[in-house]
Amino acid sequence: MSSLPSAFLRLAVAFFVFASPAFSAGPAKAISGAGPEQALSGVLEAIEANRIDLATQRVEALIAAHPNFRLAHLIRGDLLLARARPLETFGNVPKTVPREKIDDLRAEALLRVRAYRDRPNGGRVPRYILQLHAGQKHALVVDSRRSRLYVFENAGGRPQYIADYYVTLGKNGVEKTREGDQKTPIGVYHVTANLPRQKLTDFYGAGAFPINYPNAWDKRLGRNGHGIWLHGTPSDTYSRPPRASDGCIVLANADLESVGRSVQIGLTPVIIADEIAWTDAKSLEGDRKSLADSFEAWRAAWQTRDTNRYLSHYAPRFHSGDQNLAAWAEHKRKVNAGKKWIKVAVSKVAMIKDPRETFVVVSFDQDYRSSNLSNVMRKRQYWVKHDGRWRILYEGGA
Amino acid sequence: MMKFHDPLRMLAALLVALLAMSPPAFADDLEDAAKLLKSGQHQQALERVNKLLAAKPKDARGRFLKGLIFAEQGNVKDATDVFLALTKDFPNLPEPYNNLAVIYASQGQYDKARGALEQSIRTHPSYATAYENLGDVYAKLASQAYDKALQFDSANPAAKNKLALVRELVGGSATAKPVAVAAAPTSAASSPPGVPKDAAKPPVAVAAEPAKPAAPKEAAKAPVALAAVEPAKPAAGKPAAPKTGNAEILNMLNAWARAWSSKDVDGYLSFYAKDFKTPGGVSRADWEKTRRQRISAPKSIEVTVGSPKVNAGADGQVSVTFRQGYRSDILAAANATKTLVLTFAEGRWLIQQERVGN
Repeated sequence: MSSLPSAFLRLAVAFFVFASPAFSAGPAKAISGAGPEQALSGVLEAIEANRIDLATQRVEALIAAHPNFRLAHLIRGDLLLARARPLETFGNVPKTVPREKIDDLRAEALLRVRAYRDRPNGGRVPRYILQLHAGQKHALVVDSRRSRLYVFENAGGRPQYIADYYVTLGKNGVEKTREGDQKTPIGVYHVTANLPRQKLTDFYGAGAFPINYPNAWDKRLGRNGHGIWLHGTPSDTYSRPPRASDGCIVLANADLESVGRSVQIGLTPVIIADEIAWTDAKSLEGDRKSLADSFEAWRAAWQTRDTNRYLSHYAPRFHSGDQNLAAWAEHKRKVNAGKKWIKVAVSKVAMIKDPRETFVVVSFDQDYRSSNLSNVMRKRQYWVKHDGRWRILYEGGA
Repeated sequence: MMKFHDPLRMLAALLVALLAMSPPAFADDLEDAAKLLKSGQHQQALERVNKLLAAKPKDARGRFLKGLIFAEQGNVKDATDVFLALTKDFPNLPEPYNNLAVIYASQGQYDKARGALEQSIRTHPSYATAYENLGDVYAKLASQAYDKALQFDSANPAAKNKLALVRELVGGSATAKPVAVAAAPTSAASSPPGVPKDAAKPPVAVAAEPAKPAAPKEAAKAPVALAAVEPAKPAAGKPAAPKTGNAEILNMLNAWARAWSSKDVDGYLSFYAKDFKTPGGVSRADWEKTRRQRISAPKSIEVTVGSPKVNAGADGQVSVTFRQGYRSDILAAANATKTLVLTFAEGRWLIQQERVGN
């Protein structure tokens, strides 16, 4: 059997035409694919080339590899039906099937194929990861519009893309603010725990990694809710539709396991963006250096015990816990006055820009020594550009 | 209880033509049994068939009818056994595969049904019933795949089974029994039409129109090139090749293409009549030698037959014209129109002349 009813061909091509405007950036095919996108693209390419037998073979191989991959079953259905009669649409199920069920699978197909064709090439990085510290092996970045989680490796403090995975996000989209709003938060988080499969119901699949929503910034804005996790899928489902969770980030079980291998509790950043802003390594380095210089100036100013100079690094809207800038200033003047010397050393400095807000989250180990008090702690600051200069908006223990 | 409705795809006449080549007594009994089945008297039909089979246990038509009776009775297991055994004993007959597929499909075993139908089509590449059934099976398989995609519980798979059970065994060349052939006249063209059905009837009638020409529509949508079966239009009042002979001619045509495609040189050459007019008038031996070389040389050959049309000329000449596709690992030839002038000899249709063009 060789030929295919032409209607199917037309549809397949239309499918790609629809998808193509998003394939703007040059695809980087050199990097190995993650998940079933490569196989899925292979199926669609075979359909595009009017090779129905090959397409059938490929989709059946895909189903053999992922027996609960619903999208693959849908395409297999189309390929079978095409032998009986011309197809009218992608996912040519009877009209009695609720539209949204098919729309979900179509959306998943588009997102997966688009992600495969539009993987970041070597030079492209998200604008957010200015610097990773030596102890952080990886960073995770989620693009909600693409339903995609990108894994970056720490290469000398700079992010280097290694893999990406399809994810399911909140039913009602992103920008979580309230308990029960079924939205996924946008912001900079980190993994706080590792919940193995044995401790969970089947619904969470291969395991779960909770993140620290609501973070300090969320709390300051009065956002609430809890229990935002990265987790797997139930055993009867390879993947879920793009928008289906109560706010969690859901990955196929195999993908969760791969991602899990790169997660360090308390260390691995999870950056969730509505749409990732990509940039090149050079301009990212420019951003990093300008902030690193300000950070160093802040540290040096603290050591001088010149409180005004030190306070010049803080933004007017600064707060720390209950303290606003005035309270903070008063406290620091008092403390500094009683000291003969101060030495501040910082290490393990990570700098990550919030995807939506204007600030950069700087985390570091602070080794503070002075004539009458010494203290070592991990700290977190939010730095924001104010009047063209980097200033501290928030400071607290990490 | 299985439902095998749909007379649309049922072949119209019941066992009429094929009886022609049986000894009259046996044929009458078989016809009676078929009539009993048709009138719903399953048990009586079964008894009659069993009696016939006691005398001729291997008889394909008797066994086929028995399978039909079981199917009508809803006796899935015995019907399956009968048709399965027929496919083993007569692997060249498309109908038992088709009916086996219908039974599999009625049990929701669509993959097995697909396999059987593909087998049926391999046996008989222009078999429209099998194509239609295959289309339905694909639609069912698609619906199962969709159910998996949408995580629906599959509805009762047998609920909407509309596959057609073939009612009669028309068969390919395997049905041509030497017994009947002996009594056959040497030229179909010389037989007047409408002869009574007895031993005098030419054996070409054995093939009642099988692939009932729902074919043109099928050809357009079936995923494989399907030979459309167009009944010849005999010149008015002329005793041409009987209409019922077309199926046999098409069988022969497909078998010829198959022998060529499978590089079965002896099989291929056996389709040529003794008085075959060799191209350029070379000797038969030289021609055979050339053909043998040409067919043996490529590693693979694929010959396809498209839109075959049987012509019964006013002069009594029977020919078949079709689009011939040829492709081998060394050569891919453009489709060409080919005409084979046929002669009925040795109990079968043979090629007397082969030419390109109409």
